[in-house]
Amino acid sequence: MDASNPMTLSESAPHRTGRVRSSRRIADRVLRTACLVATIVGAVVLGSILLMLIIQGVQGFTPAMFTHPTPGPGSEGGGIANAILGSLVLTGIGITIATPIGVMAGTYLAEYGRFSKIAGLIRFLNDILLSAPSILIGLFVYTLMVRPMGTYSGWAGGVALAIIAVPVIVRTTEDMMRLVPGTLREAGAALGAPPSTVIMSVTWRAASAGIVTGIILALARIAGETAPLLFTALNNNSWFSPDLMGGVANLPVMIYQFALSPYPNWQSLAWAGALLITATILVLSIIARLVIKPQMSR
Amino acid sequence: MPALTETIALARPRAAAARKGPSRSLDTLFRVCSYGAALFVLVVLAGILGSILYGGWPAFREFGFAFLTSSAWNVGTEQYGALVAVIGTVASATLALLIGVPVSLGIAVYLTQLCPGWARKPVAMTIELLAAVPSIIYGMWGLFVFAPLFARFIQIPVSNLVEGMPIVGTLFYARVPSGVGVFTAGIILAIMIVPFIASIARDMLDQIPTVLRESAYGIGCTTWEVVRHVLVPQASVSIIGAIMLGLGRALGETMAVTFVIGNANRLSASIFDPSSTIASRIANEFNEADGLQLNALMALGCILFVITFVVLIIARLLTRRVKAA
Repeated sequence: MDASNPMTLSESAPHRTGRVRSSRRIADRVLRTACLVATIVGAVVLGSILLMLIIQGVQGFTPAMFTHPTPGPGSEGGGIANAILGSLVLTGIGITIATPIGVMAGTYLAEYGRFSKIAGLIRFLNDILLSAPSILIGLFVYTLMVRPMGTYSGWAGGVALAIIAVPVIVRTTEDMMRLVPGTLREAGAALGAPPSTVIMSVTWRAASAGIVTGIILALARIAGETAPLLFTALNNNSWFSPDLMGGVANLPVMIYQFALSPYPNWQSLAWAGALLITATILVLSIIARLVIKPQMSR
Repeated sequence: MPALTETIALARPRAAAARKGPSRSLDTLFRVCSYGAALFVLVVLAGILGSILYGGWPAFREFGFAFLTSSAWNVGTEQYGALVAVIGTVASATLALLIGVPVSLGIAVYLTQLCPGWARKPVAMTIELLAAVPSIIYGMWGLFVFAPLFARFIQIPVSNLVEGMPIVGTLFYARVPSGVGVFTAGIILAIMIVPFIASIARDMLDQIPTVLRESAYGIGCTTWEVVRHVLVPQASVSIIGAIMLGLGRALGETMAVTFVIGNANRLSASIFDPSSTIASRIANEFNEADGLQLNALMALGCILFVITFVVLIIARLLTRRVKAA
């Protein structure tokens, strides 16, 4: 990584000179080629996905898309304005619930409970929750909120998204706060500041860029989540009511239902939605990487 | 190692807070809040397990152990069994590993050993962006781009070739070469887990002390020999952990699989035939289900919970052990 350090000049494998037994050379060539091919395959797949989205999505990209709600079965035209708005609201609810919980939990793990057993357990379970199947979270929120309330709701969708976002924020917050040098905390404590003040005005401030990155990553993660919304927010073809009860239109479920539908205008709206959501998520991920760069680069 | 004073100041906040009167309550409040937020993680995990156990219990009680071994899934006669979905889940995830692991390790080796310095960051970024693409987009890509190509250039020729042969004839014969099926699901899952395994494996390979590689090159090893005899033994435990993490993801993946697996409740020996996974069946049927079918779907959720959590726990233990060492 460190190009300025002459000791690490041999970052990549040296070029072979001189004579090497042919079986060894062949094994080496095969490995090098296989690794290169694997990487190219990865890049080609990403390129192919983006190309598909652009070719198919641009056709459906019209100004009407942003002003009209999703059309009913068999009707012409229509847009995805209600789904866009619904997705913004659901993601907004999710991240608003998840941010305080995630940041506080990460703070506990990094500061107060750094060496305690319960913190070790929570850290471990948080890592598991991080890769838990999102459909199970949908089932959980269905049992917790949709069944007792008797109706699908935007609130349930927001809570499901929040549960997915929390572990992401906990993990990045903890990691970033651990990077803050202990001497900064000592300086704060030496001035007589109680731990909460040290955390809020020293550690959080020093780790702020990293914590923000975690929140952006969580946002990118939940913006495209579909499975948990199927049983919680579902979908709706009308503008949503402000109380968020009943189905709430959202992009991922709209894409799922419309892409598999037999109507051409539904399909083209699904592609336009897919392009919109993927572009948003990729931009968010790139922003997160740019924010994190100055802190993380070794 | 953290500084000693840090442990004193923060792990024992009472000592520091004791002096200040007015800010003490605020300090306690902050501490309690953060503790409560951390406990939230425990509560959620317990809640997930509790809710699906509660929902699935009637189905387990109704069918007993036969729920696991029965391949029936009949809404009309209310007969439900998990076998087809469990086999579909395990088969697609296994195929995903068989295809995805060599590719991920290839990418990790390329990025850490072979890639010229200037290309390293953009290539790594490209692979990591693959992880950010939502799973529903993979589903659409799989169904609309990959499946037609796969049917035309692989399924039909292979089916024609193996028709009538023993064993291979059953394993690779597609009755309806539509491009969707277990194998397609395995490929799409492989593409989805590659960025995860690759980025963890790359981190692990990066952590191996440079001096080890340099000494191996110094005695005249080829890159293959360095990878095979130096890097792989050093990082093997954590790479297995990374693979298990990918497996956990593949087992629970929902939307992409729902698009490409064909959603059939049929036990077939051919990996080209449609089937379903636990997650795809729940996604497909849950909203129209009630009564015993709902309970059976919840019971499927329980099985998925147990399988993925065992895999994820093993994965985390393996990746953690190395970090500590």
